[in-house]
Amino acid sequence: MSTDANEALSRRGFLAISAATLGGVMLAPGIRLIEIAGARAPEQAVSRQVRWGLLIDTNKCAPGCDDCVKACATENGIKDTGHPRTDAQWIRKVELKDLRSGRTHSVPVMCQHCEHPPCVDVCPTGASFKRADGIVLVDRHTCIGCRYCMMACPYKARSIVFQEITDQNPDVPRGNGCAEGCTLCVHRIDHDRQPACVEACTRAGHNAMIFGDLNDPQSEIAQRVAKYASTHIRADLKLNPGVRYQGL
Amino acid sequence: MAESLIYRELGGTSRRYWRLLALLAVPLALGAVSYFYMEHYGHIVTGMDNQIVWGMPHVFAVFLVIAATGALNVAMAASVFGKTTYRPVAPLSALISLALLAGGLAVLMLDLGRSDRMIVAVTRLNFQSIFALRVILYDGFMASVGVYFWFLLERRMNRYIKPAAILAFLWQLLLVTGTGLEFGFNFRAAYDSVLYAPMFIAFSSAYGTAILILILLAVCRWEDRPVSDELLRRLKNLLGIFVGASLFFAVLFLSSKHELARSRDVARFLLFDGGVYTALLWLGQLGIGAILPLALLLRSQVSRAALAAACALVVLGGLAQMYVTLIGGQAYPQILFPGLVESSSFFDGEIHPYTPSVPEVLLGLGGVGFAAAIVAVALRALAMLPERLDQTAGPQA
Repeated sequence: MSTDANEALSRRGFLAISAATLGGVMLAPGIRLIEIAGARAPEQAVSRQVRWGLLIDTNKCAPGCDDCVKACATENGIKDTGHPRTDAQWIRKVELKDLRSGRTHSVPVMCQHCEHPPCVDVCPTGASFKRADGIVLVDRHTCIGCRYCMMACPYKARSIVFQEITDQNPDVPRGNGCAEGCTLCVHRIDHDRQPACVEACTRAGHNAMIFGDLNDPQSEIAQRVAKYASTHIRADLKLNPGVRYQGL
Repeated sequence: MAESLIYRELGGTSRRYWRLLALLAVPLALGAVSYFYMEHYGHIVTGMDNQIVWGMPHVFAVFLVIAATGALNVAMAASVFGKTTYRPVAPLSALISLALLAGGLAVLMLDLGRSDRMIVAVTRLNFQSIFALRVILYDGFMASVGVYFWFLLERRMNRYIKPAAILAFLWQLLLVTGTGLEFGFNFRAAYDSVLYAPMFIAFSSAYGTAILILILLAVCRWEDRPVSDELLRRLKNLLGIFVGASLFFAVLFLSSKHELARSRDVARFLLFDGGVYTALLWLGQLGIGAILPLALLLRSQVSRAALAAACALVVLGGLAQMYVTLIGGQAYPQILFPGLVESSSFFDGEIHPYTPSVPEVLLGLGGVGFAAAIVAVALRALAMLPERLDQTAGPQA
């Protein structure tokens, strides 16, 4: 009796496992195909399904460390001309101090890649634009150098080029008289690479910067944002930037 | 239109007229040289940097644009609101308005980082942008004032003056409001107030009317054209009201900034700790630009010299106001982290210094020269000012 029952169970179990396996074999490629279909082929335009973002952990960002700034300058061909007030700065380290508590922070600040970017709103020619994946860029061919974006940006993230630039990085064209700012290393992102600042921060072992797709619940950045408190700079302006700060 | 009024061009064969044009060619030439110098070397040769991005050319340009809208007020008073006293000077008012706008726009365009792409500025418009909206507003203002101006001068079109004037009046209101809101909708601490719209309407009225009176007095003195005391008395009172309104809005704006805790620091900077900006605010904008002219204008009997002096003071005060608004507003640091002390290699948390360079000033003065040259040439080419301004105009103004 008991032997029969065991045999019956094992037969039932066998059938269940077989059915599950068969179903898995039949469905899995389909699910995988949906994933592949949802992903962007290299020749496809950028997708609104993606929202690229950065999460900066200020607890891990050391005062005086400027690895990210140096990496950005090297990657984008930004050189020190000896005129700090007119030199472009796509990313900078801002040192913060709370005078009441004495607490200090050191945070990298770059273009915050807002969902509602004021620079795009005010640009008279549409040269300031936002890609579908949330990256805010300047079209160097239509920028007239009116500098209204620089007036409008609450993050002081834009610079203008004050003189002719030679010896440029071919991936990052820059031009005299045009406004510019952090591109989130769009030329790297489009080849599935990380922005130079993030790569440098990780390589040096600080791990203060995480880059990824905020819209992908499986991504590390989305999971960290879901788990830990983080905020935007000037969150009161409701611009919903793609750059978030943890520990501020 | 009063048939008794005979409109006459400037007598232009005299050597004096050519000397005037030669004189006006000086700022034009210097402005052109400055432009090519800045265009060749880039904005590195200006006093501007990545903190003060709009410099002296913008001070002149915005002043001229603002004054342009206000210079039309007298014409609008005549043609929209039926103030016949002003009818004889309505064409001059419209002409000065167009000339000042042309001068201001020229400076704005020549100060672009890529002025070679001016055509892009008019062919690719971003309709979300208040700045691009202004491009449409400028064109529309030029067109509507141009049509009104034509109707004034062309006797056959005189009967359509009123509708044309109403359109020009509405466009004037839109343009000056849009220019004010360009600051009002900005996040910077010194801006970020919709009071900029009515305040700029008051400023524009004062600056434009002052320039109109100065040119009217100069032309009439030049040609010995008689001007009635009544017309000057009315213009004096009008200017007094505009200067008073400017002072009212400036005080309201500064005190509201000071009253609200979130903007108190920037108000203290402008009012007390801002160095050159504080000096220009108190001495220039409020003292020379408002209180002194009011003291001159509010007397019952004002000599022509005193009226001209008051107008000149209003213009100087206006330039000081633009410097404080534009440069002072940028010199005060942008606050990214309210409540925390900021410092960085990009000068966060610091008051930004600015010293205008000579080419910048000359480019701005070139715009003033351009506007003045347009007025001088147009007055010579077109009969737009009566031979006598001491006669009353007819009812159809």
